[in-house]
Amino acid sequence: MDAGLDGDQGLTRVASFLHRRAGVRLSLLLSAPLAWLGLAYLGALAALFVTAFHTTDTFTGELVRTFTWANFQDLVTVEVYRTIALRSIGVALAVTVIDLVVAFPMAFAMAKPASPRSRRWLVIAVLTPLWASYLVKAYAWRVMLSSGGLLGWGFGVTATILTLAYLWLPYMILPIYAGLERLPDSLLEAAGDLGARAGRVFRTIVWPLAFPAVIAGSIFTFSLSLGDYIAVKIVGGRSQLIGNVVYDNIGAANNLPFAAAVATVPVVIMLIYLAAVRRTGALESL
Amino acid sequence: MKLSRLSRTLLRLALAAGLGVIYVPLLVVLLNSFNADRTFGWPPSGLTLRWWGAAWNSSGVRDALWTSVQAGLGATAIALVLGTMAAFAVQRYRFFGRDVVSLVIILPIALPGIVTGIALNNAFRTVLEPFGVGLGLFTVVVGHATFCVVTVYNNVLARLRRTGAALEEASADLGAGPFTTFRLVTFPMIRSALLAGGLLAFALSFDEIIVTTFTAGAGVRTLPIWIFENLFRPNQAPVVNVVAAALIAASVVPVYLAQRLSSDVGAH
Amino acid sequence: MRPTGLAITAAALVLVTACGGGGTTTTGGAPPPGRSGFVPPSIDAPQNLGTGEGQVNVVAWAGYVEDGTNDPKVDWVTPFEQETGCQVNAKVAGTSDEMVNLMKTGQYDAVSASGDASLRLIAGGTVAPVNTSLIPNYTDVFDGLKSKPWNSVNGVPYGVPHGRGANLLMWRTDTVKPAPDSWSVVFDPNSPYKGKVTAYDSPIYIADAAVYLMATKPDLGIKNPYALDDRQFQAAVDLLKQQKQLIGEYWSDYTKEIQAFKSGDSVVGTTWQVIVNVAKSEQAPVEAVLPKEGATGWSDTWMVAAKAAHPNCAYKWLDWIISPKANAQVAEYFGEAPSNAKACQETADAKHCDTFHATDETYFSKVHYWTTPIAQCLDGRADVTCKDYAEWTRAWTEIKG
Repeated sequence: MDAGLDGDQGLTRVASFLHRRAGVRLSLLLSAPLAWLGLAYLGALAALFVTAFHTTDTFTGELVRTFTWANFQDLVTVEVYRTIALRSIGVALAVTVIDLVVAFPMAFAMAKPASPRSRRWLVIAVLTPLWASYLVKAYAWRVMLSSGGLLGWGFGVTATILTLAYLWLPYMILPIYAGLERLPDSLLEAAGDLGARAGRVFRTIVWPLAFPAVIAGSIFTFSLSLGDYIAVKIVGGRSQLIGNVVYDNIGAANNLPFAAAVATVPVVIMLIYLAAVRRTGALESL
Repeated sequence: MKLSRLSRTLLRLALAAGLGVIYVPLLVVLLNSFNADRTFGWPPSGLTLRWWGAAWNSSGVRDALWTSVQAGLGATAIALVLGTMAAFAVQRYRFFGRDVVSLVIILPIALPGIVTGIALNNAFRTVLEPFGVGLGLFTVVVGHATFCVVTVYNNVLARLRRTGAALEEASADLGAGPFTTFRLVTFPMIRSALLAGGLLAFALSFDEIIVTTFTAGAGVRTLPIWIFENLFRPNQAPVVNVVAAALIAASVVPVYLAQRLSSDVGAH
Repeated sequence: MRPTGLAITAAALVLVTACGGGGTTTTGGAPPPGRSGFVPPSIDAPQNLGTGEGQVNVVAWAGYVEDGTNDPKVDWVTPFEQETGCQVNAKVAGTSDEMVNLMKTGQYDAVSASGDASLRLIAGGTVAPVNTSLIPNYTDVFDGLKSKPWNSVNGVPYGVPHGRGANLLMWRTDTVKPAPDSWSVVFDPNSPYKGKVTAYDSPIYIADAAVYLMATKPDLGIKNPYALDDRQFQAAVDLLKQQKQLIGEYWSDYTKEIQAFKSGDSVVGTTWQVIVNVAKSEQAPVEAVLPKEGATGWSDTWMVAAKAAHPNCAYKWLDWIISPKANAQVAEYFGEAPSNAKACQETADAKHCDTFHATDETYFSKVHYWTTPIAQCLDGRADVTCKDYAEWTRAWTEIKG
């Protein structure tokens, strides 16, 4: 705590310099995160996007850096990619809706009536499964869904939706729970005192205030489902999603440009989604 | 809050049902770790402790576990630093492009993992390879840190928003320099948010498979990669269930800690 | 205001990266194969071996280079290290493509390449021809594996065979009657097993359809299931699109298929011998057969990098892995036919070679080993272009829908 006098003075100089120059403080603070995420990550994304305009020499596998629209043309003209993209969006939407319907009552039950101590344990109960490996959970669902298993409903797109909904459920519960926890009890009591019934209270008070949290949770479930390729391989039967197309093209076909072109589809979708929800303030509740 | 008996019961039922749905597959995993049948046939033909023994002896598991821990710690450390810095910048200052910063930080986790994975893989190969740095633990840590920043960022941001700048200003008025203020006033305030964010970042990194597959190259084996590789091998697949079951049991502690910490200072 | 700022930054980044990347020249200097023949870059095989360099870095499939870390009883690496003093650093790769990419970095000395990677490695100048006189155990390798199209060019061997296996037709004996002997049971649109048929989830499976067409539609003129021109390719793709209606799921890993057959989710489809054996040991009522039309298969080759940093140790490793004892061990662990004839006496299961048809050349004469389809037809036709693997992949996506 007590530095030598010289040390103190040097430090004080720097300290007072920083204290006066808010701009310097700000740039110091921002430089590292932005360099990492802004330059490096965005740069990597941009580089990937640029690759989408290239092709690979099919024999030697080397990248041929001549500008061409061929990949995007294929993507748009060949029907199967549209089918797959729509299917993936459909799956992501279904997963989000299912998670929302299941998570909301759970989150509400956790946030409002429960006592603080049981609240903590409930959150732990919800968080703990996140530590079980994603792969193992997906395989457990496969066991349950196979024709001799606990549920025996078979594989396919429905199975994929169920499994994904299961996997991402905690990601939906937690933001909604956090949002509902912040909801002042007094508001709800006041509404009750003024004669509003449960349905009305929900519609006019709970839902609008919890909405940003709901959106925050939906960002997770939507994005995680949109790009997933592993769960569908495990329980998806013979169906494939857009993540599989990207993955197959990176690996088996060594066709990075085409994979990059396909990858722009979920990126564009997510960017649109993010831009749309920015207004709701959901990004802060992530 | 006053809820009717019916609503309360219904909510409790929903909660119980939900928790049931969450835990049934985990019980299946646990049961399969004792399953004598190597291919998870259902119902299990017999119970055995063989797999638990095999997991205990497997150095493949131990190495993978250690690699995952290292990657997690590295990523969390970086995320803590970067996330805090960014949170301070966004919360305490007004500047052009403030929203953009939030968006950029969220992007790695909002975009599908496979996109982040191949972008980073492509970047690492083009940028690092000329320097002889191949894909390895370093690139895994970099990849994980990229999407872990957001958890720390959000937690610290929320805490800073709640506590406001008043205490720091008071400290400055009393004559403390920025470093002292940080050490004695700000840091204790955000400490639990840091821990909660850090734990969540660690959890994210620990179970991550998609980005890791693309940034680890072929030599680095984190636990999820080990699981992925061994799920395909008839002799190893049940060991995977053991690992998963053990992880669930072991994770209660850090999760509990995270909960204690985040509700600590926050509750007022 | 702000979106514009973001857009400007993004545009700037794109410009920077687009200008920054120079053009890449194809490494290895191999010109794209002309229609007259595949000309690999000229690289010399070493004439003699020196002393071991102390280590060797290999790229291999999971299960090929076991040193006891996954199962203490499964280890053929430690004896090698003790005998030769060469420490083995193995990188396990998941796909042929990963292997090709890893080998291109120049950091590895040897690779266990499948037929769909070996030609690309040769063409890219990544691997060198192998001087088989420096590998004593090579003489004991089955003749049916030596100097094949996927491991040699113009009679020059580029590697030593590791082992081989065929993709078989497996069925559940209690559901599929009578016992099938033809692929028609999975391709016939009126198959009674609709919804419970399975197929291998990889574009290379198109070759399986081609094999079936070779027998059922000879007028298509398919001679090599990996050399398909437009017409032949389209026929194969149509057949597979039709098959999709029968498919319950496509498989790409062992446990998935075993479990599917055990639970009855799948009752008939392509398989590997090892899957049949494990399924049987799990009391699943299955049998397998090599159908009369023939089948696709795989034969992996150990190759040495052109710029290997440790060539002597690499050669020692090649000699070791095809030595009778080690070859027997890996063949049993992985579940395939060994490449060394003497390995058959070394297997723990005395019937291993019989089960895997190691000495049965008639059996393997009906097996079309995996190899990368390239534009230049592999059956020697010079008047047409064949479909390359990129097109196979695209078609596979369309087939699966």
